[in-house]
Amino acid sequence: MYPREFEYVAAGSVEEAAQLLEDNPGAKVMSGGMSLIPMMKLRLLSPELVVDIGRIPGLNTIEDRGDHIAIGALVRQRQIAESPLIPMALKTAAAQTGDAQVRNTATFAGAIAHADVAADTPTAFVALGGTIVAKCVDGEREIAADACFVDTLTSALEANEILTEVRIPKSGGGSAYDKLGRRGGHTDYSVAGAAAWVADSSGRECRVAVGGVGTIPALASGVMEAMASGASPEDAAERACEGITVLEDLYGSEEYKSHLAKVFVRRALEQAMANAS
Amino acid sequence: MVETKSVLGGAIRRREDPALIAGQGLYTDDVAPTGTLHVAFVRSPFAKAKILSIDTAEAAGMAGVKAIYTADDVRHLGLLPTQVAVRARPLLADGQVAHSGEAVAMVVATDRYLAQDAAEAVFVDYEAQEPVIDLKAAAAGDIKAHDDMDSNVIIAWTAGPFGDEDGIAKTRETIQAAKDRDDTVTVSIEMVNQRLVPTAMEPRSVVADYSPGYNRFHVHSTTQIPHALAGAIAKTFDLDNSQVNVTALEVGGGFGAKLNVYPDEILVAFASKALGKPVKFTESRREAAVNTIHGRGWVATATMTGTRDGQILGYELDGLADMGAYTQNFTAAIPFLGLFVGSGQYTMPTYFNVACVLTNTVVTDAYRGAGRPEAEYYLERIVDAFSREIGVDPAEVRKKNYFDKFEDAVSPIGFAMDTGDYGANLDALLEFVDYEGMKARRDAARAEGRLVGLGLSSYVEVCGFGPSGLSDLGFNWGAYNVDSAFNGSGLVRVGGDGKATVHIGTGPSGQGHQTTWAQIVSAETGIPVDNIRVISGETDDTPVGIGSFGSRSAAVDGAAAHEAAGRVKAKAAKIAAHLLEAAEEDIRFEDGVAHVAGSPDQSVTWAEIAKTAYHPHLLPEGMEGGLEAHAVFSPGNATWPFGSHICMVEVDPDTGNVDVLEYLTMDDCGNVINPMIADGQLHGGIVQGAGQALFEDAIYDEQGTLLTTSFMDYLIPTATSMPSFQMERTTTPTHVNPLGVKGIGEAGTIGSAQTVVNAVVDALADLGVKHVDMPVRPRRVWEAIQAAKEA
Ligand SMILES: Cc1cc2nc3c(=O)[nH]c(=O)nc-3n(C[C@H](O)[C@H](O)[C@H](O)COP(=O)(O)OP(=O)(O)OC[C@H]3O[C@@H](n4cnc5c(N)ncnc54)[C@H](O)[C@@H]3O)c2cc1C
Repeated sequence: MYPREFEYVAAGSVEEAAQLLEDNPGAKVMSGGMSLIPMMKLRLLSPELVVDIGRIPGLNTIEDRGDHIAIGALVRQRQIAESPLIPMALKTAAAQTGDAQVRNTATFAGAIAHADVAADTPTAFVALGGTIVAKCVDGEREIAADACFVDTLTSALEANEILTEVRIPKSGGGSAYDKLGRRGGHTDYSVAGAAAWVADSSGRECRVAVGGVGTIPALASGVMEAMASGASPEDAAERACEGITVLEDLYGSEEYKSHLAKVFVRRALEQAMANAS
Repeated sequence: MVETKSVLGGAIRRREDPALIAGQGLYTDDVAPTGTLHVAFVRSPFAKAKILSIDTAEAAGMAGVKAIYTADDVRHLGLLPTQVAVRARPLLADGQVAHSGEAVAMVVATDRYLAQDAAEAVFVDYEAQEPVIDLKAAAAGDIKAHDDMDSNVIIAWTAGPFGDEDGIAKTRETIQAAKDRDDTVTVSIEMVNQRLVPTAMEPRSVVADYSPGYNRFHVHSTTQIPHALAGAIAKTFDLDNSQVNVTALEVGGGFGAKLNVYPDEILVAFASKALGKPVKFTESRREAAVNTIHGRGWVATATMTGTRDGQILGYELDGLADMGAYTQNFTAAIPFLGLFVGSGQYTMPTYFNVACVLTNTVVTDAYRGAGRPEAEYYLERIVDAFSREIGVDPAEVRKKNYFDKFEDAVSPIGFAMDTGDYGANLDALLEFVDYEGMKARRDAARAEGRLVGLGLSSYVEVCGFGPSGLSDLGFNWGAYNVDSAFNGSGLVRVGGDGKATVHIGTGPSGQGHQTTWAQIVSAETGIPVDNIRVISGETDDTPVGIGSFGSRSAAVDGAAAHEAAGRVKAKAAKIAAHLLEAAEEDIRFEDGVAHVAGSPDQSVTWAEIAKTAYHPHLLPEGMEGGLEAHAVFSPGNATWPFGSHICMVEVDPDTGNVDVLEYLTMDDCGNVINPMIADGQLHGGIVQGAGQALFEDAIYDEQGTLLTTSFMDYLIPTATSMPSFQMERTTTPTHVNPLGVKGIGEAGTIGSAQTVVNAVVDALADLGVKHVDMPVRPRRVWEAIQAAKEA
């Protein structure tokens, strides 16, 4: 629980932070520090420089931009859980993240950058679609939600990039998130979870994502295909793990976690359809 | 909560809480004398390995490093002192590692970070050996935890009754005969009572400061047994106990895990003496999981035989208990504590046989309940299974087989019990919870297709140790140089201002001794609670005592303080009589004054009495000055609290998730000093037991690596895991101490795990599930449902 020695800089602007990352290839961005600091304390991660973006002004707002909602990099999970601008799937996932102290400190953008498959809000993000904005000294790019996650604890962000904003489309319809937490019910990281967005109460046009069970939160394209062809949520959910390598862990066997994925895909779809009507 | 007039039994708010709530409590890690050096340990990644060499050269040259010690440097200090020293451990692994996380070298540096860096630069050449981790494999014995041992089984605790070979043989025959009868039913289940990582909010921490000029140690440690630690250090360094002062400041939870003298406590003292500087070691959370003791870890088969109308004719428990790699303070004695309550509240012939087995894992020892939760778990699970098998209500079966109300009875397992009224307690619970109504609600939910279950259980425990004669049974604090058996001590001193200090040899870790001892002394003397300060956890300033554990403090040390207070009052009465020119028998103490019976205005205050006591020329002829007394109290027996718990759970058939909907209790700990504190002890205890039932699990892989060393993976229960409890109590005082109090510190834990599991099994019974092992995490419950569906 004692990190190796490191340098620390509190960046005053995104540009300054980007320059620091550019100049220090071993550097790491810190926003809430809720995942970074434990990793450093366990010496699983030992960056030479920590670039704290937590004091950069202007990054902590949720804005309605007409066709999408823009979420700044420093917006906390708690703000997500409480904002009327946020679709239900993401609100629910944020509300089920950790406890109040965690939600008050942890950022939504940090959860995406951390790319933990057991995290809740990234799964909801994948189902809602949208993009992240990644900035570096050379400029910025947008990455689509389902391309954000590459592998276990690996996002699509380059080492010199800062996630400055998350954009969620205003697509109407309804959405929902449900999970089983490690400590039972909705408490703690998810053993398995699923989020669904539907265009209307028929559920035919939908986006569904599964978290917790593989290496990354992933779109359940088989489910979406089945729904498009008119299957019931229950039948469609049978395809929840198509294309996902389900991994056994302390909380479940492959069989159990595959089963849970189906349960939560069905529940998320049914709830999203109910929310849409 | 009623504020009663009598201080004893009053729900007075805990006086220690304002500082704790405001974050102003002082803990060991807050102690930082100038020049303090910091320790990091090099720990073995292997569960079993030979140490071929240790290369400290690079680390020794690093910035801030003051010393690096290995077994070679500390071998002369001997093995770690323990009471039941079957396989005592070296202070640092000496040529051989026996569990992963075992300390191999100790780095002392100017700060904790540098110490950690240097620890990483110590290179140890290990020759890994195949460890034995699984308990049954260890008992079978192909691989030994230590190469020099013939067997991993170090002792077996057998009883029925205890200590009577012929009796045991006869009991086994009687049980066999019952099984052979045509009209009996026998139910047998193998169950795991899993290994746990005791989790206190405050990990262990120790600061040792040696003063060469005075040849004295001042050691701060977060311990439940300050006097034992002082004695152990004195013994190790060949000093008198008075040359070591141990201070335990606030202790942020202990649960038995701080009821040990640990190698690091001795080593830090060693380093302080060697380097002439204060030296500190504070465990990190991950380190705590492999450095501080574990609890539980049994596999056993419970078998119950009885008639179809619910008469139990025999109970057998046959199993193994995991000791880990060494024996520390009570390690091998923990199953023996379970044996004490092996037959529970029941009269049936009972056979108990639990073998203690060494494995290459962290040492186990006392964890809240220590043997008793394990024993009660097996017994109450099998009573439940037996009731289900014969189709009789589990409450009926229990009542049919309980001891009748008694004063002094001997249990089938062979121990004298103080007082009990089990049937009345269970009846009180059933009435309090509206048992028939609860069953109706469960059945209504089931009719809707929901998996709702009701779990009932009762328990008797044994605590408040105990008669000092226990030292003849081997519970001997001599290993730590403590000049005390299992008795209590209390010194009450009234100062010249009429205010009292109470000095006790306990080692509280959150039980509220500041409050309860003030109540005990106030009730006896009439000195207001606010004028009484309680001093504990400071060996220089407290009479020798053996600390706080086994729910013993109030029943033993509390009784001692009560007696000491009585003696002080007797002397004060003489002085008051002298001052008031009245007869001593006519003096009454009330509200901080002594008055003459019948004439309240003829009075003197405690301050006036005390002032006189410290001006001896004003005292009656021949009376000594001063106003204090020290009492040592040895009770006639341990105490045997009991109670009944019930809970309702709902299982999600899709996920196996268990939701505890209601939890209600009827406990009996005899007289209650402070109901608010007693309830608080129960709250935490129940959650800890339910935590074992639902979540907690120390999981090793086959190589002996502990996989659950952080709260990400070691799931402790949280406030949201349980519903609000509804609690009531019956009161059956004990006669083994003058206060009539039993213990309450462990009762909640001892009564709760089986209550939850009984409810889960009840919820699944219609599907054909007969048992689910703890922790009943969703995964297990779902798998049990699938297996039952397939069967
Ligand atoms: C006690 C506890 C309980 C938790 N429980 C849950 C739970 O139940 N469910 C759940 O889903 N999560 C849970 N979490 C995880 C929590 O949600 C994440 O730790 C948090 O959201 C991460 O955000 P942060 O701002 O703290 O990121 P940081 O810790 O600051 O950073 C995390 C990682 O992302 C990188 N990073 C952060 N921000 C950026 C950025 N803007 N651009 C580029 N890279 C960046 C960092 O370099 C680092 O690698 C829990 C955490 C804790 C401590």
